[in-house]
Amino acid sequence: MSENSIALIFAFPLFGAVFCALFGRKSPNLCHPISVASLAGALGAGIETLRRVIASEANEVSYFFGGWNADAYPRGVGIEFRADYLGTLIMLVVVGVAFLVAWYSKLPVAEETPEKEGYFYSLFLLQVTGLAGISLTGDAFNLYVLIEVAALTGYGLIAMGSARAAAATFKYVILGTIGASFYLLGVGYLYMKTGTLNMVGIEQFITDNESLADSAAMQVAFVFVCLGVLMKMAFFPFHAWLPSAYFHAPTTTSCLLAPLVTKVMIYVMIRMLLTVFGVEFSFKNTHDDEGNIWTEVLPWLVVLAILCAATMALAQRDVKKMLTYLIVAEVGYMVGGVWVYNYYGLIGSIFHIISDACMTLCLFLGVGIILRKRKTTHFDGLRGLFRKMPFTMTGFFIGGFSIIGLPPTCGFFSKWYLITGGMLAERWEYIVALMFSTMVMVVLFFRLIERIHLAVTESGENIGHGHGDLALPKSETFFDEAPLSMLIPLLLSAGVVLVIGVFNQDVVNLLQDFLEPFNLPKGTGR
Amino acid sequence: MFGEEGLLNELLVERFNYCVYVVLLLIGLYAMIAKNNLIKKLIGMSIFQTAIILFYVSIGVKEGATIPIYLAEHDPHGHHAEHIVHLDEANTIDVSEENATPLRLSHEQDHGHHAPRSLTDEETLGYANPLPHVLMLTAIVVGVATLGVALALTQRIYRAYGTIEEDAVLAAIQAEDAATVIPDVLATKPKAKKG
Repeated sequence: MSENSIALIFAFPLFGAVFCALFGRKSPNLCHPISVASLAGALGAGIETLRRVIASEANEVSYFFGGWNADAYPRGVGIEFRADYLGTLIMLVVVGVAFLVAWYSKLPVAEETPEKEGYFYSLFLLQVTGLAGISLTGDAFNLYVLIEVAALTGYGLIAMGSARAAAATFKYVILGTIGASFYLLGVGYLYMKTGTLNMVGIEQFITDNESLADSAAMQVAFVFVCLGVLMKMAFFPFHAWLPSAYFHAPTTTSCLLAPLVTKVMIYVMIRMLLTVFGVEFSFKNTHDDEGNIWTEVLPWLVVLAILCAATMALAQRDVKKMLTYLIVAEVGYMVGGVWVYNYYGLIGSIFHIISDACMTLCLFLGVGIILRKRKTTHFDGLRGLFRKMPFTMTGFFIGGFSIIGLPPTCGFFSKWYLITGGMLAERWEYIVALMFSTMVMVVLFFRLIERIHLAVTESGENIGHGHGDLALPKSETFFDEAPLSMLIPLLLSAGVVLVIGVFNQDVVNLLQDFLEPFNLPKGTGR
Repeated sequence: MFGEEGLLNELLVERFNYCVYVVLLLIGLYAMIAKNNLIKKLIGMSIFQTAIILFYVSIGVKEGATIPIYLAEHDPHGHHAEHIVHLDEANTIDVSEENATPLRLSHEQDHGHHAPRSLTDEETLGYANPLPHVLMLTAIVVGVATLGVALALTQRIYRAYGTIEEDAVLAAIQAEDAATVIPDVLATKPKAKKG
């Protein structure tokens, strides 16, 4: 049982999806328990996998589907799933977030997509299967297939919303397909030059054949893979699909996709750069030691991405829309952490994937409750909410403080490493962009706090007399908390944000074990 | 430029397959980005994906090579045909099961001695690499699924907005946004100070 834990991570949600599709028509009430139970099973298998990875000698565990194990057959025959610290942590984030969202989803799904629970939950579980698969697969083509599994189910999940959601999804389909196809094209060139699709095999071939560094086909492969992945993760110039798609999607969908999809794609970029192309090829790859053109260009693009996304977030008058722009800004943080090319920057980047998933989850769960209570997420609909739902709002603000980066939350520590990496690499423009964006987030969240605690209108005029929400009519401030099935996941996710913050050193230790062999520069200088 | 080593020779003769796929890729990309009609965008998407499939298929092609099924001289089971004949004879001559069963058994034991073997590098020269083609079967399935989802979305957009022209849809969305009134949760403003 234990040696199959990697396969079980996928078996649980996959069969859960089949059961939901089978029983959803006749007894829609079964779908929610099936989803929660299968994701709990997957979470258990995931934790068991992490235990095995920590216990193993090389800190990684391989699983060969169909028994094509590397001892009996050459590596690259058959599909290998590899769990190292990086992949396992991302997989745990995916399954954990999905578990909380599934728990939370009982009421929103029944209310927003009545009669469609069966379809919704089977797509939901397939989405989780795809995302968890991306984080563990050790095969470059298999990664493409899983990206498309996650994307196709994502289109379906988003389009279950209003007609507006369908219009937004169409844009997503076009951009997502271009991105995934570019990745596929890049993998094609990689296969042409190396003759294998296994990630370990490709990396081995590239390190063994130094002449490949000058090959034009390898450069094309590198550019297409990076471009494809940047499109899929909604990096700034390609972000157009994200805000409207996530804004109009049903609550449960945006709670699942917003924390996971973009982060998993950043993981794919790190995976391809570090363990497929290799550090030498990705970051140096020139005859002098100056670093290649991409390490010069991409940090500046990151700066542009962060500044533009933060400014656009500032212009929004709707909480949910504002958060979607914050996601685009956060993508800039993480891409920047990778491309400043520094050991601490990369720790920050991977750690930020984990913490950003948790805090985005926290915020979107909170917004879902607001939307359900007030039927709108516009700033004007927030007045007096703290009196009404103190626990919900506390959870929501823990997420918000983590996005800003206040100390006990995990957002502080990941941002700390990102900034350390940027300083050591002397990427001052990146630091400035990070600081600017942090200031914007402070403005955004304190504006929300003002709206939620006090009775001020859009123009700042105090419509209560004297003491803020104390002056609101009684009918608007009586205690009316969210139902427990929605409140508990929110508070749990807020708890996770704090716990990861407090135990940040344990996560960082795992990441250090993972990153140590790559010989990344730790000191100053580019 | 036109000689044996020239650029044109390289583009049109040696790397013709790449030229074809790049041209198709760009046609598809152009249609996806620049066309206003949603269905035309999807046609572009199909051309785009097909271009990549052509690219993969063309890198798996080898001149003079055959499909990757054992040639007779490489087949460890080369004498299969005889076995089948034997079996048939056994069945026609003696239909009783006692006689037929041992024959089958010995046939299966035979298999054990001739497990599939991996060919040496020289022997594989005559075969084409099947992997790119097999990968494209998956990519075709993915392409079909994407197209199906996209067509369903188009239908939904058409039902909601009555058009599949992108600018008309955008105009309808903007009109919808302008007409939306934010429900004021505090419609009843607090009354003026008492006393």
